[in-house]
Amino acid sequence: MSSFTDYIWVFVVGGLICVVGQLLLSYTRLTSARILVLFVTLGVVLSAIGVYEPLEELGKAGATVPLTGFGHSLAQGAIEGAKNEGILGAFTGGVKATAGGIAAAVVFGYLASVFFTPKTKK
Amino acid sequence: MNSNRVGKQSVIFHTAPRILTSAAIAGDMEGEGPIGTYFDMILEDDTWGEDSWEKAERKMYIETVKIACDKAKCDYRKLDCLLGGDLLNQIISANFAARDLGTPYLGLYGACSTMSESLLCCAMLTDGGYLTQSACIAGSHFSTAERQFRFPLELGSQNTATAQRTVTGTGCAIVVSGDNEQKSSEQNSRIYNTVHIVGGTIGKVVDMGITDSNNMGAAMAPAAVSTFTGLLADFNKTADDFDLIVTGDLGRLGGTLFCDMCAELGVDVRNKYLDCGNIVFAESQKVDCGGSGCGCSAVTLCGYLLKRMEEGDFKNAVFMATGALLSPTSTFQGESIPGIAHAIILERR
Amino acid sequence: MKQEKTPEQRQYEQKVNEMMPKSRTGFQCIKAFISGGIICCIGQLISDVGSLMFTFTEKSRGAFTSIVLIFLGMLLTGIGVYDKIGKFSGAGSIVPITGFANSIVAPAMEYKREGYILGVGANMFKLAGPVLVYGIASSVLVGLIYCIIYALGGKA
Repeated sequence: MSSFTDYIWVFVVGGLICVVGQLLLSYTRLTSARILVLFVTLGVVLSAIGVYEPLEELGKAGATVPLTGFGHSLAQGAIEGAKNEGILGAFTGGVKATAGGIAAAVVFGYLASVFFTPKTKK
Repeated sequence: MNSNRVGKQSVIFHTAPRILTSAAIAGDMEGEGPIGTYFDMILEDDTWGEDSWEKAERKMYIETVKIACDKAKCDYRKLDCLLGGDLLNQIISANFAARDLGTPYLGLYGACSTMSESLLCCAMLTDGGYLTQSACIAGSHFSTAERQFRFPLELGSQNTATAQRTVTGTGCAIVVSGDNEQKSSEQNSRIYNTVHIVGGTIGKVVDMGITDSNNMGAAMAPAAVSTFTGLLADFNKTADDFDLIVTGDLGRLGGTLFCDMCAELGVDVRNKYLDCGNIVFAESQKVDCGGSGCGCSAVTLCGYLLKRMEEGDFKNAVFMATGALLSPTSTFQGESIPGIAHAIILERR
Repeated sequence: MKQEKTPEQRQYEQKVNEMMPKSRTGFQCIKAFISGGIICCIGQLISDVGSLMFTFTEKSRGAFTSIVLIFLGMLLTGIGVYDKIGKFSGAGSIVPITGFANSIVAPAMEYKREGYILGVGANMFKLAGPVLVYGIASSVLVGLIYCIIYALGGKA
């Protein structure tokens, strides 16, 4: 179980990552899809050069819940795959590590389309 | 020949076709807006009992024509022609509505400028004697436009401060030849006795390099300036000769830019200028820069302005609906947004 | 390709930028910070509660948290709440994995009217597809680079 201080770090790290996204959104007029692509790629790169791991230790879910964390999982999976299985592992590792999230997104997305109807915005 | 042409890009209608009546249907948010009480019908639910928004938009089209014909005491099946368009790909709302109505039909696409484009074309055909009684129509639907041009509706994205909200609504005007004698002496009659279209200016496509599709007002304002100054030059008039100058959907930013650019050219429009996008929604409705879409100028003209004109609140007016001629493909390919504006001159006679 | 702007167009662009209403970036950053922080704390809570209920390895705990958050993102999108949260939070609800879920669920729901195969099936990843393309491709690249490093004897 995490302590209260842990939660504060989760809040701060997660919040700050979102602020970076907001600054990009406000100042560069990038669309949200581009921001997401940028963040996931950034997560992969930061993870590959070993910067993301200390951040994850400090921020826990604050670092894993934002999409950079998804990139981090992808990169760690690929690195581990490369270590254990060589080139084949480099291909399979990333998707293996994130398979749960991807499958959940597909299944829940489909279910949502069956059960819900979009409503207009006010 | 060519006696109906004036100057470089304008036309004059010697027989002055008359707008016999008009009707407008709008969505609930538009109904809560400043001119909401003028509309003939306000939708409570924007799917209107249909199973898609596209079908709801089509139904709005059909019903608006029917209401307008009802007011004019004519059978919609006897219209000479239906002229109109909408914002969807291949103008499906107008096409399918025309299929269901079964009237002769000319489909037009002028993006958000469709209302003035259809009135201009219709007035020319009526003046030339090719049509005697026809309907001009334009409309848009927030939800269909949003999914075609922007993002799915349930996506949690934020609007930029320059974004405008597409108006849900359709407006229809019945245009008859100038010598038509159907008048009404009843009080609060739904027929207009005095509103004539006396001239118009065909707009040029103007592109000032704006690429942000969330900033349509700025993309279209130069086109409105071009058309308006063209009109003044062709008819040899000044802004003082008109009681009211109306633009379609420039919104708050575009409207300010329009006034500013006109002022730079020595044309002062400030105290008689009105933008449909600014009056269809109140600022308190949090729609950022105002309304947009074909429906914006259509419901404002057909629901509100023509009624005010018939009541005698102003003698003549220039109505310029403005359109942004973009498509999702052109936006993705990084093209800038060309704008267009067509003008018609309305006069009480 | 993009055309070169004429001097007139440049001048107009400058004028537009001057008159443009400004988004309140500072205030919006605070909103993004708070909502992003809250979503991450919920993620931490899910992970902690999950650990009490099940026995997890480090990896499966992460996957569990992601799946639950994606489920919540789906549910909130489905009942029409996520777009309202998004209007308030901006990037605060786009960047977390719930925003990723939202970007899959929103088009999936929307394209239902075009049918389940070519509507839902084809458009589900309309917005989120690029994330997977770039995420997976860059992870493979990283894996290959590490392969080379290991092959060169850097067995760390």
